[in-house]
Amino acid sequence: MEDLILLETIEKYLDNQMDAQEKAAFELVRKNTPEIDQMVVEHAMFLAQINQYSAIKSIKQTLAQTHQTLLERGDITNSATVSSGAKIVQLFHKYKKVASIAASVGGVIALFISGLALYLSPVSHNSQIQQLSNDIAAIKKSQQYQGKLINEVKSKLPAGVKFISGGSGFLIDAKGFIITNAHVIKGTGAIVVDNNGKEYVAEIALIDQEKDLAILKIDDADYTSKKSLPYSIRKSTTDLGEEIFTLGYPRNEIVYGTGYLSARSGYEGDSLSYQLQMSANPGNSGAPVFDNAGEVVGVLSTREAQLEGVVFALKSNNIYKVVNDYNASNEGSKDIKIATRTSISRLSRKKQIATLESCVFYVKSFDK
Amino acid sequence: MKATSNEQALLKGLANNDSAAIELLYKENFSTIQTFILANNGSYDDAKDVFQEAMIALYEKAQTESFVLTCQIKTYVYSVCRRLWLKRLQQKGRFTHPIDNLEESISVDDDLEAHAKHDAAYAIMDRALKSLGEPCKSLLEGYYLQKMDMQALAAEFGYTNSDNAKNQKYKCLMRLKKLFFAQYNIGE
Repeated sequence: MEDLILLETIEKYLDNQMDAQEKAAFELVRKNTPEIDQMVVEHAMFLAQINQYSAIKSIKQTLAQTHQTLLERGDITNSATVSSGAKIVQLFHKYKKVASIAASVGGVIALFISGLALYLSPVSHNSQIQQLSNDIAAIKKSQQYQGKLINEVKSKLPAGVKFISGGSGFLIDAKGFIITNAHVIKGTGAIVVDNNGKEYVAEIALIDQEKDLAILKIDDADYTSKKSLPYSIRKSTTDLGEEIFTLGYPRNEIVYGTGYLSARSGYEGDSLSYQLQMSANPGNSGAPVFDNAGEVVGVLSTREAQLEGVVFALKSNNIYKVVNDYNASNEGSKDIKIATRTSISRLSRKKQIATLESCVFYVKSFDK
Repeated sequence: MKATSNEQALLKGLANNDSAAIELLYKENFSTIQTFILANNGSYDDAKDVFQEAMIALYEKAQTESFVLTCQIKTYVYSVCRRLWLKRLQQKGRFTHPIDNLEESISVDDDLEAHAKHDAAYAIMDRALKSLGEPCKSLLEGYYLQKMDMQALAAEFGYTNSDNAKNQKYKCLMRLKKLFFAQYNIGE
């Protein structure tokens, strides 16, 4: 009972409901009794916590209600598709502004200089004006060139699309067949970018969600197919401890990484995958895993979120399975043929990479 | 860019749980976040979750006395959502690329650290209250959350007088404090 009264007093004190005399008396008690002081401090903190809890709880309620109200009124939508096009339009507007500023600055400077030239050399001004107009033409030309660059980037993409996912991919047939992860291809179309930054339009030839693999076919007049690929793809499984390396696009530039095969199965015993010890980053999905000889042994796909350096790669024999699926459904006119031997096995690592670089692509998937 | 006086007023409204201000904030910012989340492997529900969490982080920030927002609200909300979402994506561990929008974004790491602490305290209190059971939970919520007085509580819960209610409230409170402080780390 005493404790009850004490706590009640503390609450009264903390709520500032005491009159001055009471308060002074209590503060004296508090000062002289460390246990009571401790209780006051503790209870003050507890009250602060429960008040914060109460405030956040009611904000949460308000937010939930607001969401519902706005939804009913149509001010926000619950659609799961993105209104597309905004990004490219925005990009275009951004550049348009820069270009027009550049043009007007160029124009002003040109007029100023031509005026100056006219003023300073009245005799031979004709030829100078001619030259300056050439300059203006040159500025225009470079602007057009800029415009052309923008157009070129746009032309590889259908108008009004939005990138929704990206990763890496690599050639499995010199004719332009690329393999990547199914989860890299979230959209309805894809473009691939080579190590020189050149873009090619690709069509999605096959997606196998179960194996998490997708085949893309480069469908672009600019693409010149290679004579043959420098690597083959291993049919058998690989041994523990095998040293491996990879090339992928965790950023806009190709990145090299090494590691070793650490387990014969993947996440929670997944027998389609290997476990690798190496570092990998978002964007590495779909990148090839090579052994020392430069033969493909897997496709990098996922990593353990909580553990640093634990990465999973799909075993390369899965590639044969999806390629067979593709060939079976494709009338046989343009079957995918995987190279039978690896021609770079004796080369140094640097030379291997130099050869392999052009076979690994940055894959971007977009939605209309 | 400094927040304009108009934006300051909105934030003050948010801090006071003013529904008109919250509605305006919601209306002006939600669809940007929705677009961003949908473009980055998220769903409509993810967008709703992340956006509401960002609003709570903003609310917590608006409550502190030393609070100054050094950028526009929409930049702040976008930055918080972006950070929250990238973190969730990372936890999922998929290797896909975050596709960035053209929106400007600022560093909000310190704020999010503070928010994570608040969030943890909220979760502990929530769990503690839920594990109390009835009638303790409703009694304490009535007193501390809805700020009802003892007479009203006694009537509502059928106690013969307010002293009985007080007694019961005291017992419940002791249990709640014990549950709460068992998990809440005072040092932090």
